[in-house]
Amino acid sequence: MTAALALDQFRVTLADQSVVHLDVSVQAGEVLTLMGPSGSGKSTALAAMIGTLAPDFRQSGRIWLAGRDITGLPTHARRIGLMFQDDLLFPHLSVGGNLAFALPPRVKDRALVVAAALVDAGLSGFDHRDPATLSGGQRARVALLRTLLAEPKALLLDEPFSRLDAGLRGQIRSFVFDQARARGLPVILVTHDIEDARAAGGRVLTPLGQAVGIGPAPV
Amino acid sequence: MALPVLAGLLGTLIPALDGGFDRLAEWPGLRGAMGLSLVTGFASTGVSLALALLLTAALYGTPAFVRVQRLLAPVLSLPHAAAALGLAFLLAPSGWIARAISPWATGWTVPPDLLTLNDTGGVALILGLVVKEVPFLLLMILSALPQTDAARRMMLCRTLGYGRVRGFALTVLPALYPQLRLPVYAVLAYAMTSVETALILGPTLPPSLSAQVVLWMNAPDLQGRGLAAAGAVVQLVLVIGALLVWRAGEILCRIALPALAQSGRRGLWLDQPLAILARVMGGGLALAMAAALAGLALWSVAGPWQFPDALPDRLTLSTWSRALPDLRDSAVVTLAIAALSTLAALALVLGCLEAEHRFALHPGAGAMWLLYLPLVMPQVAFLPGVQMLALQAGLGGTVLAVALMHLVFVLPYVFLSLSAPFRAWDTRIAAAGATLGAAPARVFWRLRLPMLMAPVLTAAAVGMAVSIGQYLPTLMAGGGRVETVTTAAVALASGGNRRLIGAYGLLQIVLPALGFVLELALPALVWRNRRGMRA
Repeated sequence: MTAALALDQFRVTLADQSVVHLDVSVQAGEVLTLMGPSGSGKSTALAAMIGTLAPDFRQSGRIWLAGRDITGLPTHARRIGLMFQDDLLFPHLSVGGNLAFALPPRVKDRALVVAAALVDAGLSGFDHRDPATLSGGQRARVALLRTLLAEPKALLLDEPFSRLDAGLRGQIRSFVFDQARARGLPVILVTHDIEDARAAGGRVLTPLGQAVGIGPAPV
Repeated sequence: MALPVLAGLLGTLIPALDGGFDRLAEWPGLRGAMGLSLVTGFASTGVSLALALLLTAALYGTPAFVRVQRLLAPVLSLPHAAAALGLAFLLAPSGWIARAISPWATGWTVPPDLLTLNDTGGVALILGLVVKEVPFLLLMILSALPQTDAARRMMLCRTLGYGRVRGFALTVLPALYPQLRLPVYAVLAYAMTSVETALILGPTLPPSLSAQVVLWMNAPDLQGRGLAAAGAVVQLVLVIGALLVWRAGEILCRIALPALAQSGRRGLWLDQPLAILARVMGGGLALAMAAALAGLALWSVAGPWQFPDALPDRLTLSTWSRALPDLRDSAVVTLAIAALSTLAALALVLGCLEAEHRFALHPGAGAMWLLYLPLVMPQVAFLPGVQMLALQAGLGGTVLAVALMHLVFVLPYVFLSLSAPFRAWDTRIAAAGATLGAAPARVFWRLRLPMLMAPVLTAAAVGMAVSIGQYLPTLMAGGGRVETVTTAAVALASGGNRRLIGAYGLLQIVLPALGFVLELALPALVWRNRRGMRA
């Protein structure tokens, strides 16, 4: 069986220094965690995977997604969804407008699809709300919904839980992982938080491809 | 942008070779006009720059500075001609100041025979330029200050025991001035060559060199053309020479500054007198501007108003109702030209900035020079050439020709106004849009442009104001057949029908102000339910 997302000798260098070196595949429904301190190349790895690397960097190797080589494609054609550290909801659009922006144009009855997605996420009736009036947890859920409605074939998570307070973090984390698993998406989680890595429950690597031992969860 | 300027320059210079210089040398007013150009240029630029810097150094971070910032937009949107006409109403021997103090203080029952306006020394002209250039330089300072770390540098100076003004001069100014250099050059060149301010406030016998060049250009005999071309060349050489002298002054200051800094003197005693000076001069300018505008408005509705009465006997709308058809026609033409040139400028500037973003381009210092070229080049030196080119292209004397000509001047201001907010936009929003499957065009139209609505409207209002205020470009490209409120107001200025001048002057103020009202109201209305879009 071919992996859903495969990084094939995927390497990013800056001034002849390796920043990212990954040779790994992620199966549908699996979560791979990239962990390391800040400045260790995590964000560079994400930028390279979605195709927004700054011109100073050099990149080699290939990215395969659902059997397709997406290495040379522009960001919008890659079909990799990304949840950011900040939710980056578009401030000029309503909650429903943010979600409709993500829906592919061929989807009919857009308002109905958006309303149904909000109901599923426990946000029914939020269509016309101003994103700036939502709580942190609500914003995070809208951001995930928006990412999923674009029908990605893989999901990247860029420390999406770091801005949430501790009580909310566990709840949003399981919401995200459950949704991704239910859709059979390969997931790459970037974090410096060992609790995120434990909750993800998959392999943990540094951006340079070394395995990280995270130990058992404290009792 | 450089192309029309350089082509225009060539087109202007060629007629000068045909004996123009010989006739110019015989003109008795040449020396006086050259001297006047230099004096008004250096005096008004020096005073404007010093006052703008002093206001910033003495008041930055105080409530008074916030008031100064609020006053900037309305004063900036004011055409030079309207400001000059308002000041003329104030300063003239029969003007408001003389009326206010007569006859009880002066004993004047008829206007005194004094040269308070159009004085040979150019004092009124310099004042008319200063009221417009101080706000412009202040705006440039405000947009450059955030990149100079000014607040922290000034705080550091305070903790080391330095006075505000000296601390500002020694630590903020060296970082600030390089970004101010091109705007200052534009102010210097404009002050030396302004035509409409010189026609209204400057000396008349002889007039300033640029004003005389325009008079020669409009002279019916063919001799005038060669004379005008030669005069334009002399004006260009004068401006280049003045810019070189100014540059030399900059270098001297740069050498002197470290020595001053090492003396260790704190200059605390300077702060209080300079703060008072800044407040008095800034307040005086604001007051003069307000009185000048009120004067225009009052004359436009004045009934009988004898000297030395401080106010008219009664108010009437008869001036407005009689002139309404003319006023309406020129307002429509003015707005059409402003809208055309501003839309074209917005399209070009947004295209450039978006291309810069998509292809990760980094425009250098050369690009800024190119942008400023039409603002630094004396208008009389290249506009006649552009006019000839336009005539040969069959474009002379149409609204379209005038709008194209305005574009040359509107574009730099639209770019200056829009580039900083466009570049400051959070590009992670673009990345978020792209990962959701939106192509670059969709990101631009659906995310970037709507989110930048407020700065785009500001740039549009600035562009409209610049276009509405253009005098010489309108005159040249319009060939006398396209009349805007500004050309009409300046043409009336020599006639002395104060009521009609007041009406046109007021219209010159109201039209650009409309743009700024829209610029403030529209985003507030559209984003009334979007808290994240409020500044």
